[in-house]
Amino acid sequence: MIAARGLCKSFDGTPVLRDMDLDIVRGRVTAIVGPNGAGKTTFIKSLLGLVRPDSGLLTFEGNAIGASHAYRARIGYMPQIAQFPENLTGADFFALLRDLRGATSIDERLIDDFGLRESLRRKLRVLSGGTRQKMNAVAAFLFEPALYVLDEPTTGLDPVSAGILKRRIIEERGAARTVILTSHILADVDELADDVVFLHEGQARFVGNVRDLKRQTGQLTTERAIAELMLRERAA
Amino acid sequence: MIAHAGTVAKFQARDVVRSRWLAAYVAFFWIVTEGLLRFAGGDARAILSLASVVLYVVPLVTLVFGTVYLYNAREFTELLLAQPVGRRALYVGLYAGLTGPLCLAITVGVGVPFLLRGGVAEAQPAMLASLVGAAIALTLVFTAIAFCIALLCTDRLRGLGAAIGVWMVGAIVYDGLVMAIVAAFEGHPLERPMLVLTLANPIDLARITLLLQLDVSALMGYTGAVFQQFLGGAVGTLAAVAALLLWIVTPAWLGMRAFATKDF
Repeated sequence: MIAARGLCKSFDGTPVLRDMDLDIVRGRVTAIVGPNGAGKTTFIKSLLGLVRPDSGLLTFEGNAIGASHAYRARIGYMPQIAQFPENLTGADFFALLRDLRGATSIDERLIDDFGLRESLRRKLRVLSGGTRQKMNAVAAFLFEPALYVLDEPTTGLDPVSAGILKRRIIEERGAARTVILTSHILADVDELADDVVFLHEGQARFVGNVRDLKRQTGQLTTERAIAELMLRERAA
Repeated sequence: MIAHAGTVAKFQARDVVRSRWLAAYVAFFWIVTEGLLRFAGGDARAILSLASVVLYVVPLVTLVFGTVYLYNAREFTELLLAQPVGRRALYVGLYAGLTGPLCLAITVGVGVPFLLRGGVAEAQPAMLASLVGAAIALTLVFTAIAFCIALLCTDRLRGLGAAIGVWMVGAIVYDGLVMAIVAAFEGHPLERPMLVLTLANPIDLARITLLLQLDVSALMGYTGAVFQQFLGGAVGTLAAVAALLLWIVTPAWLGMRAFATKDF
């Protein structure tokens, strides 16, 4: 579904993506993990067209990213930081997204699952950080996209809400949708991911399914296997 | 593209209209206008005093409001850019969504006190209209400049400093510079350099347009006098308006270009 070939990007002379090759398969949950500065965010932002790679090719469903913005109608994005215009309500926010996408209806399941009905009419400014983060999550799930891009999705959510969100992610995979997520919470990765991409210094050092990852590192849990990968990189 | 820009503008404007900042901005002009109408002695004099307030305050407020607005919207802008929306459409939407409410605010803040007094009694509706027009032009110019600053400076504090710096140069340093040049080159023909200097400062352009309209040569100042003498009333007004339009279009276009190629 997504293919990167020789992707390079530097910021002010500091290389962040270094000749990165990566394939992400349809209908699976892929977790992108790696230490800070490994290029996770830059890769996701390149995928969304927020960052323009210096060189290399990045395709989504076979089309190069950058030519048109239409492909983004097939992506639901949940950024790490929930930050909204203060004086809009949740309902305003969702209506804005709906109008931008030219959609006639929205998928309201997650609004109900999170119990957000009451909060929809209040200004986003007065909502708690957790409630804003729920609004942020809902925004990614409104339009039945083919691909979900979730940046640290469970950060800032209470355990119950995080559970609701994780259940929904598993449901979406069941419906043959693709999910890319980044997380520092390796227990979440363990719970959700089919495939793991381990980024280090702007390259995908490991790409494969969870079973292979465990076998290759000789560890029993994904959490330990990823920790093992990080330790090996540090030692190398 | 236009539909997307319209959608963004609509919701951004809704956000700005509900902000306390904007309410304070309306209240400020309302109170100043009301006060001048009561104590300045006549509508014409009230409009003249109001003009000097507008020429100082509108650029400062739009510069600060514009940069802060774009900095605050940074994360939300990323979220919007992750939607199927073009960058240019989003930029136009953000610009229109801010300038719309700001222009409305100044029109209401200045206009309503006049209306409440039963219209512009002393037959000066044209004066009031040119004052509001100048305020709107300044809003459009300095919001565009503010957007350029916010897009070129990633550091918030430095950006805000640059915005205030631009205002200081246009509103304060400029006058001193004109006086210094006039004093230093006494007896030399200064018309052309002065004309160039005026064209380089949108605040002075707005002031001259306004004063040519109000026909008060006593307040014209050196650059204004040059403008009137050199280009005459009608041509002078036209030239100043054209230059102001350039001052709106150029930074707006530069900002759009920066926005379209930027990494978020």
